[in-house]
Amino acid sequence: MDLSSTAQNDHLIVTVNAPRIDAAAAIQFKDAMRRVTAEGPDHVILDLGQVDFVDSSGLGAIVAAMKQIGPDRRLDLAALRPEVDKVFRLTRMDSVFVIHDRVEPAGPAD
Amino acid sequence: MVSPATDLAVRAMLADLRRWLAARADGAPLHSVELGVAEALNNITEHAYAGQAPGPVHLLAVLRPGRLKVRLQDHGAPLPGRVAPSGERPPTDPARDTLPEGGFGWFLIRDLANGVDYRRAGGVNRLMLTFCWPPAGG
Repeated sequence: MDLSSTAQNDHLIVTVNAPRIDAAAAIQFKDAMRRVTAEGPDHVILDLGQVDFVDSSGLGAIVAAMKQIGPDRRLDLAALRPEVDKVFRLTRMDSVFVIHDRVEPAGPAD
Repeated sequence: MVSPATDLAVRAMLADLRRWLAARADGAPLHSVELGVAEALNNITEHAYAGQAPGPVHLLAVLRPGRLKVRLQDHGAPLPGRVAPSGERPPTDPARDTLPEGGFGWFLIRDLANGVDYRRAGGVNRLMLTFCWPPAGG
C-alpha cells in the first residue's frame, strides 16, 4: 500500500495515498505502517484525508498499527472523511484515538 | 451477479453495487449499503469458505422506492449455531494491548441494515439484508 511519511517538528505524518483500507488492503496497510514507523518521532499522525472507505478489517488494521508502534509512542488520526468518521463513531473507536480535523500545515521552525 | 469470494472480487462487487444503486435511487444511503454488504461479503470470504478454495457468492439486489434488498448466497460453512450473530459491539475501553482488532463486522451489519434474515438450507447460506430510506421528494 502506498504510504508517504514526513517528519515535521516532533511529529511523523503518515499519509495514506489510497481510497480504501478494506479487507483487500488491511495486511498491506499494517506491513507498510510497520515499515514507515520503524524509526522517527514518537508521535505519529495518520493522515486519512484521501481515504473514503474503511471496513472492519481496515479498522482492525489501524488498531493493530497503533499497537505495533509500541507502548511509548502515540498514533493519532487526522482528516477523516465523513464516511470514515462514521465508522469510528459507530464502533466507539473515536474514543480510543485522538482525532484531528486536519493535518496542521508545517509551522515555522523554532 | 456471481463472483468468487476473494477480497479483490468483493471490492469489485461493491463498486458495481454502489454504481448500480447510485444510478437508480436518489437519496439511497450508499455508504451504509456498501459497508453493510462489505461486512457480509468479508464474512463469507473469511469464514464461510475458510480452509477451502474460495467458492462462489451470488448477489441479488432488488430495489423498490425507499428500500433495497440484497440477497447473498454461498455454499460455505454455516454460521455458528445456524443463526446470525446478535452483533454486540466489542468493548473499546480495555488497555491498548487488548483493544479489539476484529469482531466489528456483525455489529456494523446489525447497525447499518434495517433488516437481517439468515437461512441455511440445502447446504446454502442465504443472507438477506434490507436497507430503507425516506423516498426522494417525500
